[in-house]
Amino acid sequence: MSDRTIDRVASATPPPVARKIRGLSDRAIAWIFVAPTIFLLLAINIFPLIWTIRLSFTNYKANRIGREVKEIGFRNYERILTDSDIWLNMQATAHFLIWTIFFQVLIGFTLAWLINKKFKGNDLWTTIIVLPMMLSPAVVGNFWKFLYQPQIGLFNYIIAFFTGKEPSSFEMLGQVNLAPWSIVIVDTWMWTPFVMLICLAGLRSIPDYIYEAAEIDRASKLRQFFTITIPMVLPFLMLAVLFRGIENFKMFDLVVQLTGGGPGSTTELTSINLKREAFEKWRTGYASAYAIILFVTVFGLASIYVKALNKVKER
Amino acid sequence: MSYSKLATVSAIALAATGVASTAQAEDLTLCWAAWDPANALVELSKDFEAQSGHNMNFEFVPWPNFADRMLNELNSGGKLCDLLIGDSQWIGGGAENGHYVKLNDFFDNEGISMDDFAPATVYAYSTWPKGTPNYYALPAMGDANGWFYRKDWFGREDIQAAYKEATGQDLREPQSQKELLQIAQFFQEREIDGKTVYGAAIFTERGSEGITMGATGALYAWGFKYENEPGSYDMEGAVNSAEAVEALEFYKELYQTATPPGYTNSYMGESLDAFKSGQVAMAMNWFAFFPGLYADPATGGDKIDFFVNPPQNIAASTLGGQGISVVSYSDKQDAALEYIKWFAQPDVQAKWWELGGYSAHNSVLQDPGFVASQPFAGDFLEAMDGVQDFWQEPAYAELLLAMQKRVHDYVVADQGTAQEALDKLIEDWTEVFEDEGKL
Repeated sequence: MSDRTIDRVASATPPPVARKIRGLSDRAIAWIFVAPTIFLLLAINIFPLIWTIRLSFTNYKANRIGREVKEIGFRNYERILTDSDIWLNMQATAHFLIWTIFFQVLIGFTLAWLINKKFKGNDLWTTIIVLPMMLSPAVVGNFWKFLYQPQIGLFNYIIAFFTGKEPSSFEMLGQVNLAPWSIVIVDTWMWTPFVMLICLAGLRSIPDYIYEAAEIDRASKLRQFFTITIPMVLPFLMLAVLFRGIENFKMFDLVVQLTGGGPGSTTELTSINLKREAFEKWRTGYASAYAIILFVTVFGLASIYVKALNKVKER
Repeated sequence: MSYSKLATVSAIALAATGVASTAQAEDLTLCWAAWDPANALVELSKDFEAQSGHNMNFEFVPWPNFADRMLNELNSGGKLCDLLIGDSQWIGGGAENGHYVKLNDFFDNEGISMDDFAPATVYAYSTWPKGTPNYYALPAMGDANGWFYRKDWFGREDIQAAYKEATGQDLREPQSQKELLQIAQFFQEREIDGKTVYGAAIFTERGSEGITMGATGALYAWGFKYENEPGSYDMEGAVNSAEAVEALEFYKELYQTATPPGYTNSYMGESLDAFKSGQVAMAMNWFAFFPGLYADPATGGDKIDFFVNPPQNIAASTLGGQGISVVSYSDKQDAALEYIKWFAQPDVQAKWWELGGYSAHNSVLQDPGFVASQPFAGDFLEAMDGVQDFWQEPAYAELLLAMQKRVHDYVVADQGTAQEALDKLIEDWTEVFEDEGKL
């Protein structure tokens, strides 16, 4: 019996159908199998992307069906890239992105390192630590809003207890200097467990014999940490950073619940601004250009990062 | 007649009756915001159901999501709503984008006259282009932004004496915006009955329309204008006039010196909560909530009184309220128009006011007993005499969100000056009108 895929498929197929497909090549049958997926991909991803690119060069507004749609070239792109308010949104996003990743990696790795030590109640602590990431961002946003409430919020009272300040003397969500940190704190609380789990997987993938060999060579614990643990966990850490980076670049729900982008526009991340342009102001052409700029930014940064990640893995 | 013939005739008659009643009875859906007056409308509409045989369904959406939800519905040509009580600023978009049915012919045929309604409400809720006799809605719910205060605190001798000592003046309902600020500052962080209270609950919400509706209360009172000449879109010197700058600075001072802690993103609900929990001496909110506030067992009755937005350079209030429109995508337009015809009747309007809705019908407003009918009725009439509304252009959402950003940036986030905020607002609005081809 032939080993050809088509023959194997034909033998498992009712005779009338088998007769029809027996003449097809392996390549053709492979195309038949992947065609629905490719069609779906084209329909749900590629076509909207191409359509968005096209709209980005127009003044189209989705809520004004009868309005004449004009080709305006790169006007939308020019407007966006020269708008100082949008650069402020970009800065707010960068602040959020950098600090959340920094804290999540730092705390996540530390927790993973501690959890990796064998101790009593290890599993229980792991379960407790991962609880926040199982909650809905809308729920987390709402209850942190209560925690941050200056008059009754637990957070303010805890800070007041340690600093001696009046609990109502500062407003985490209402002060320009504190609001960007308030969203960093909540995102860190929620997503550090995710980074911890990835780091934990990395730590547990390091074979014990490497440490045993290092012990025989009389390497100190600190040296073992920097020459074995960190390099071997690094690809995992970088993966966690990639996931969190992409997620936080498009962060929306949590921040909308917490601050709504305020006070003023202090925590108005690009995704919040984009949503306002697209679905509140209905500047569809403009919002399309905005989305393309964000897409190119994320795609470009992610590609560079993935190349770096692959290099680290190859080492 | 034989039994068989009789049976046949009876069957045909029964079937005909059935067909007739099926054709007449419709399931109508009325969309509005989820708030106190909506409950009153449900109660009122029971009479319509009884009289018409139609069945009324209601889709009420909380205010912060109301515009988003309903405008998406209209823009997508949705058939969810047969009748829509849409915000006054939507009238331009509703008319120009073909969302609302033009009602002129219907009004003429049914003898419904716009002269029977308060002129300010007809102008604001029904007409597009503004002030022309092109009607896209029937005034349904008159409303304006007003104020209420703790009458019991204002009446206490110890508090009156303390106020006199602090300011040299008598404590009374504020007669000007500056007096309102002075009173609010007096109450800020004052101990009353062992509890720290605050001056005033004002609108500072960023996401939808809150801070604009609050700040315009001050801006209008200082004489703010959107344009130098109506319809000219010439905003330089009007939007950023010296009076407008002073008014915006005033609103920021009110926010910074006389509101409860954490009051950075507050609108109707937060204002009601702050007042009902005994946190503030005064609060701003829409007249629509006043019946509920007066009926509140803890802070209503003798403990509350109401006043119209105080004047500064002129007497003016921010317009609220809505007109009722027939959605052009509805398949049940005849039944929907029937509802509007029923709703426009003077006796229905009288009951509407009785139940807690704010009728705009002259027969109700000009009734000799109207002012005495509720403790806030006189203030409502006074407010409606001087109401001003935001832009009602089809691009109103863009115009509104620009103002939300500029005012919140300045008032709450403390960024830049009032002059800069208003100058930037003109830039934003100019860009919108240029896109619209109006400049």
